[in-house]
Amino acid sequence: MKITKVEAIQTIANEIRRDIIEEVYSAQSGHPGGSLSCSDILAVLYFNQMNIDPKNPNAPARDRFVLSKGHCAPALYAALARKGYFDQELLTSFRKLGSNLQGHPDMKKVPGVDMSTGSLGQGVSAAVGMAIASKMDHEGLRVYCLMGDGEIQEGQVWEAAMAASKNKLDNLCIIVDYNDLQIDGTIEKVGGLVDIKEKFQSFGFHVIEVDGHNIEQLIHAFDSAKHQKEMPSVIIAKTIKGKGVSFMEGKVEWHGKAPTQAEYEQAMKELKNEEE
Amino acid sequence: MNIEKKIATRQSFGEALVELGKENTQVVVLTADLAGATKTNLFAKEFPNRFINVGIAEQNMMGIAAGLASCGKIPFASTFAMFAAGRAYEQIRNSIAYPNLNVKICATHAGITVGEDGATHQMLEDLSLMRTIPNMTVMCTSDDTQTKWAIKEMAKYNGPVYLRLARVATPVIYDENQSFSIGKMIQIGEGTDATLFATGVMVPEALKAQEVLKQEGIDVRVVDVHTIKPIDKEMILKCAKETKKLISIEDHNIIGGLGSAISEVLTENIPCQLIRMGIQDSFGRSGKAEDLLKYYQIDCQAICKAVRQ
Ligand SMILES: Cc1ncc(C[n+]2csc(CCOP(=O)(O)OP(=O)(O)O)c2C)c(N)n1
Ligand SMILES: [Mg+2]
Repeated sequence: MKITKVEAIQTIANEIRRDIIEEVYSAQSGHPGGSLSCSDILAVLYFNQMNIDPKNPNAPARDRFVLSKGHCAPALYAALARKGYFDQELLTSFRKLGSNLQGHPDMKKVPGVDMSTGSLGQGVSAAVGMAIASKMDHEGLRVYCLMGDGEIQEGQVWEAAMAASKNKLDNLCIIVDYNDLQIDGTIEKVGGLVDIKEKFQSFGFHVIEVDGHNIEQLIHAFDSAKHQKEMPSVIIAKTIKGKGVSFMEGKVEWHGKAPTQAEYEQAMKELKNEEE
Repeated sequence: MNIEKKIATRQSFGEALVELGKENTQVVVLTADLAGATKTNLFAKEFPNRFINVGIAEQNMMGIAAGLASCGKIPFASTFAMFAAGRAYEQIRNSIAYPNLNVKICATHAGITVGEDGATHQMLEDLSLMRTIPNMTVMCTSDDTQTKWAIKEMAKYNGPVYLRLARVATPVIYDENQSFSIGKMIQIGEGTDATLFATGVMVPEALKAQEVLKQEGIDVRVVDVHTIKPIDKEMILKCAKETKKLISIEDHNIIGGLGSAISEVLTENIPCQLIRMGIQDSFGRSGKAEDLLKYYQIDCQAICKAVRQ
């Protein structure tokens, strides 16, 4: 079922954010910053864009999603649970011994996870492989791959980009979560990777820039990517790391840290749905 | 062993680098967006001009380190063990070890004791991968004192070295007067009922087991293997002759690491049984470090059980 109302998707994004805080708090470890920055993107993909059925998670012709920045598993798990792939209550078992919700997504353990990830820069190559396989089988499915702006410093990413445009993968859509932070600081200070747009353009990509927290813009961007012929697309989504929790927003120290009880309560208060 | 005072070997590494940086201006430190986690941020603060953060690009980091070494620098390149020995394996082999360049690879967050991050971050094959590369010296230190010694020693030695370090805090075993040398194992205790060959974070577990077993009248010796390559043949053969049982313990796949290195020496000299404790050829999983040691049966209790059997 496709949700088209912008407010309804916004509400889901907010629920995903609450779940992220819940997961990381109960695990007392994990990555809230980058998970919160991609919540709106995941809400749009899972509830407005992707052709998927949680009751049939292995359908061959389903759209694929690869979380190349695998450390943001809390956001993916939240979206999958909300979509109905597994019980919501499992979320609090995140990162605990015996849970299927591993620190980084494991495709053999969790329905709906299309690729095991966690080592940065690798998911995108797998996404290219999926897009090529789909072309071979004329399945017409779309492959989405979410990457971090720090992650794209890995050389493999540009090898994958080269392969995507050489193979004219118009069924591939990469999303870069451009929150301008990695672990040791800002993207420019640590990695020095600037002019992302121009780089992808010169690698033969159709580039779309959006506000990654604006649901309408995201929907338009994904729709526009679908209409591209013979070239892959990349959506550069400008975001705020830690979005939605005032004390986490734009703060590099919240990349991989769990909130205390007081911080948890504060975060949940801020993420309360307006209509409630 | 001082159970009160716990310190992670990555922390000792970070502190030792600062001392080394003061003494030797040729020392250059590199990381790949993990300055905080690898504790190289301590060096970065003191010597910003001799610190290079390459961003998330481990293969490139190893190549840069090779180039620096070829110009006379002493590069210490640090990231998680998975992305050092794993991601950049071939750069290490062909750009560092083949030309025998003086690069020190300091790989933190090795083993199952990484904990919650899970399998993709729990490097269980690095000793194996690094050990098979010619010219490479492979080390895995067990405590603060030993790690600080190793950093100094590595800087004096000319050639590539891989040092395996841990995320978790572990007890301080040795006092400052303890002497070490590369390639020489350290025997703790004279017990003849069994030898517990242990490396890195497994040494404190073995020492705990030694205490527990003593209460039961079982007298074992612990051998701390801080250098996996070159392996100390003399000590292995001595223990094989003097003790009734041989056990190797590592936070690593039982294939290719410490257990394999010891087996190789035994089979060629005095074939006898070696019980290899470690991760039994599987991937890791998420959980708390101490729970995982229990789950994978390489904690103190499991060691005691193996000795008693
Ligand atoms: C190959 C690899 N190197 C290093 C890491 C450790 N690491 C985990 S997250 C991260 C920073 C990622 O930054 P970014 O891609 O911008 O993600 P986001 O800001 O969206 O969290 C690093 C270096 C890793 N997981 N994989
Ligand atoms: Mg980022």
